[in-house]
Order: sequence, then structure tokens, then C-alpha cells
Amino acid sequence: MSNAMKIMVMAEHEDGFITSATRKTVNCASQISSEVDLLILGNNTDLEKQAIQIDSISNVLVVQDETFNQQLSAIMAPIVSDLSNGYDCLLLPSTTFGRDLTPRIAVLKDVCQITDIMEVLSPRVFKRPIYAGNAIETIEVPDGQMIVATVRPASFKEVGVSNQASLSVLEMPNIDLPNHTRFLGISSEKTERPDLQVASIVISGGRGVGSAENFEILYQLADKLGASVGASRAAVDAGYVANDMQVGQTGKIISPDLYFAFGISGAIQHIAGIKDSGTIVAVNKDPDAPIFEIADIGIVADLFEFIPEFLAKLD
Amino acid sequence: MEKILVCIKRVVDYNIKIRIKPDESGVITEGVKMSINPFDEIALEAALRIKESGNAKEVIIVSIGPDDCQQQLRTGLAMGADRAILIQHDHIIEPLKVAKLLHKIVEQESPGLILLGKQAIDDDCNQTGQMLAELCSYPQATFASELTVNENSLEVIREVDQGLERLEIDLPAIVTTDLRLNEPRYVKLPDIMKAKKKPMDIMDSNDFGISLEPSLKVISVTPPPPRESGIMLDGVDQLFIALKDKGLINE
Repeated sequence: MSNAMKIMVMAEHEDGFITSATRKTVNCASQISSEVDLLILGNNTDLEKQAIQIDSISNVLVVQDETFNQQLSAIMAPIVSDLSNGYDCLLLPSTTFGRDLTPRIAVLKDVCQITDIMEVLSPRVFKRPIYAGNAIETIEVPDGQMIVATVRPASFKEVGVSNQASLSVLEMPNIDLPNHTRFLGISSEKTERPDLQVASIVISGGRGVGSAENFEILYQLADKLGASVGASRAAVDAGYVANDMQVGQTGKIISPDLYFAFGISGAIQHIAGIKDSGTIVAVNKDPDAPIFEIADIGIVADLFEFIPEFLAKLD
Repeated sequence: MEKILVCIKRVVDYNIKIRIKPDESGVITEGVKMSINPFDEIALEAALRIKESGNAKEVIIVSIGPDDCQQQLRTGLAMGADRAILIQHDHIIEPLKVAKLLHKIVEQESPGLILLGKQAIDDDCNQTGQMLAELCSYPQATFASELTVNENSLEVIREVDQGLERLEIDLPAIVTTDLRLNEPRYVKLPDIMKAKKKPMDIMDSNDFGISLEPSLKVISVTPPPPRESGIMLDGVDQLFIALKDKGLINE
């Protein structure tokens, strides 16, 4: 076992919490090797307390510095590249955070990156989706070449949090950091509902919902079911909801146990984002909507009649 | 700024339902409609609008691939780019190698801004822009949905998982574009005629002194596992029973 590959997973954190996508990435890592360390660049000691509990982790490496109040890729890349020396494999979640950062690290390591690992076939052979998930590529990384990859969160379950990993607090590496990038702010739609990428039930609306006001009925249903609310690109483009609710190839790729598509026609880009869902229920007025081709349960109905009936039934 | 460089990839048109080669070596592209990667088209539109607002003098487009890429570059010239560069390369090429070739073009042309689509819709890699940024030691703003050009910097709104992030980056910089940045213009016939006279430099990928052999081995390309075919139900009551049977809702 002394030849086991050494893996570093770079943690993503938001508002003081390590994300579920990070724990999914750790799951992927644990399928490659038993030697998995977690790197945190942050400015909050609570993060390391969460991190040492994450299953499958041997060591948590943490650098605490105010530099990391903003997670800027151009600044983090040289630091991660430096701290991952000696590792055979570096994994990040394939979220906008990981997608932004990983290619910069790959350049510093001078290795080709793998995007969106969806399955581990052996420690050096992986599957990943291409063409919006309409084809699956199987890729092998040659022996001796470092693996730098992002992991598709929808393809892996989160590992648990019953661990007691060791903790190493590292000094900030002595590297010249660029000052060409300034964070000005972020606007998020705050909601009490569960996160789209964590929720076990997701209710999505499309162009058929018709307006921002009409989304209210979807929120009501979501709150009754403890669900998160998503949307198709058409609904976001039309301004019914914010961009962070978009589900699909260019939005969020999700894998809830139960997915409801209301008034969504089912463009391939949307389907790419929901294919890993347990059960897909589609409700659409148009019997020819392509969404019915992939739905597990299809119902031809007007959502404005269907949802109130559904709500009444849940009471 | 003097110049904006826009990087363009030739891909299977987004409306085409792809077919996988029987020997599982890849996706069939022969005899299939090819287009500019839609995200790159948005990048080009953004560059043209910056030029038209007086904030840039020249828009250069560059593509890497077989001779056929001239078609997409001509389309880009018809949209309004001033000149084109084709780096001829007839084999599969990985994003890191693409970024290294583009880096050479950046060194030659010294553009003030480099725009690319956030990802190509064929390999879905989402790497090239960020890699080019690191190679150039430039700032990056990926997933851009709004762009404001200031004298020596850009203000960019990025579509990230948490919402909309605002960044200010110094020029020269790299921006990768998301869907909601703009709607690319349609090409008009007279513009297609004019584009035929615009300059196109053709270079050979072997002349750059960069090893372009793929370093990852593609073992196979296969169709995704099919989902089991679904059922049609009639109304809330039937749905309720079906979901209860699957244990997906209580009561």
C-alpha cells in the first residue's frame, strides 16, 4: 500500500461552510486511493473543524490568511500548485469555483486537465461526459503523469462526517501574488430553501410558467415538499428568476431523488443537467414536448390546474 | 485599446443530434453541419460591440484546426472581425496545447483583451481561457454575463453558482463569455462578400516549437446509458400513488 497514490482535494467553501460538492469530490478521491488529504485556503478556523470530520480524509492542510477572504483563482493557483508538490493527483469540484481555478493550476503543473470526472474505472482511468452528456469519453492518464481534474458533483454521493483526521496548519507560501484582480461584490438571491445541488427534491419551471409572479405557485409547492426551486434557461433569460437557479448544461447539474419539470419543453441542454435525477416527473400542456421522452413519469396537463390540485392533495 | 483577440473553435452545430462512430473512437463529424462554437460567437459579438463603441480599433479572430476552419473564420469576418489567423492542425489537440499556441499569438499581437467562449460544446472542457490567462500571467473573468470597458481595466459580472459576482480586472485580460452576455448578430449577404477580401493568415501548428501530441489517452467514446422508458399518467391522483409506491413522498 506504500505505493498508493497521494491525492489532494482542494476544498470549496461558502459563507464559512465546506460545500457538499467538496464532500462529493472526496468520495471520488477515495475511489482512486486511500491516501486523501484536504487543502483549505481560508480565513476562518471553523472551516478546519468541519474539515477534520470529513470521512476518507487522512490529513487536513490549512492555510489561514486574509488573502483568502476572496477566492480569486489567479491568486490561489500558484499557492495550490506549490502546496500540491509531491501529490500524484489533485481534485477540485466541478463547480464554477473549481472550473475557474483548476486550469490555471494545470498550467503551473504543465499537465493536461480532465474536466468532470463522472466515474472512476481504475486509479488512472475515468469517464467524463462530452457533448452535453450525449456521449461519454473514457480517458486514461499515463503512468507517472500527475492527474489534475475536476469532479462532477452530480455523479458522486457525499462522504459522511464522522472522521477525526489530523490537522496541519501551514504557513502562507512565500510567492509573489498578482494584484490585477479585485473582487467588487456578489449578489445572491437569499432563500430559506435547500440548495439546488443538495436538495433531494427539486421543482423546476420553464417558459411555460409565464412570469416571475407565476413562479410563486412553484415556491408554494417546493415549501410543502421541502424542495429546492430551479428553472430552465428560457425562464432565466425571460427574467422570471435569477441565474443561480438555472439547471442545465450551462447552469447547475443536479441529481435529486425526485425532479419536477413544470412547463419545460426539454432542450438537450436542460436534460444534460437533470439526467442523473432519480425520478423525473414532467408536467406540460404540449403532449409532444421532448421532455416526455426522458421523463420517468409524464403528465399532459396545465400546470396552473395541476399544482393547486397537487397542493390540496398534500394538505 | 488597440486590438481584441477572439478565439474561435469549429464544432458540430448545436442543433445536430450527434452520432458516435461504431468503433467508439469518437463522434462523427464528416458530412455534419459545423459552426462556430456558440459561446465563441458570443465572445466575438462582445468584441465587435467594444470596437463599435470606440473602445478598440481592431478585432482579430484566431482558430486552430484543419483547413475547413476557414469557413468559420470567414463567418467571423462576415460578422465584422477585421482579420483572421488559422493555425492549421489536423489532429486532436488538448486544451493545454491550444492555450500554448494561443499564447504565441498573444505574444505576437499583444492584444489588450482576449475573449473566448467559456467552453466548447463538443468536449465541454472549460479550460482554454483560464489556461491562456495563466500562461500570459493575465487576470481572468470567466462566465461573463456583463462587460464594462474602462480605460485600463474591465468591470465584469460573472455568473457563478452563488449568483452574480462583480470583478474588476486590469488590462490586458482574458474574459470567457457566458450565454446571457449578448445575442450575436446575423450575418448579411453583403458582409459575406466583403469578408472574402479580408486578410487571413494561415500558419502551420508545427512551426511553433510546441509538442502537440495528446498526453491523455482516449480509450473510447460511447453513448450514455439509456434511461428506462417512462410512463404517462393522468392527473394528480395517479401521480400521488406512483410517487408513494416509489417512497418518494410520504402520507
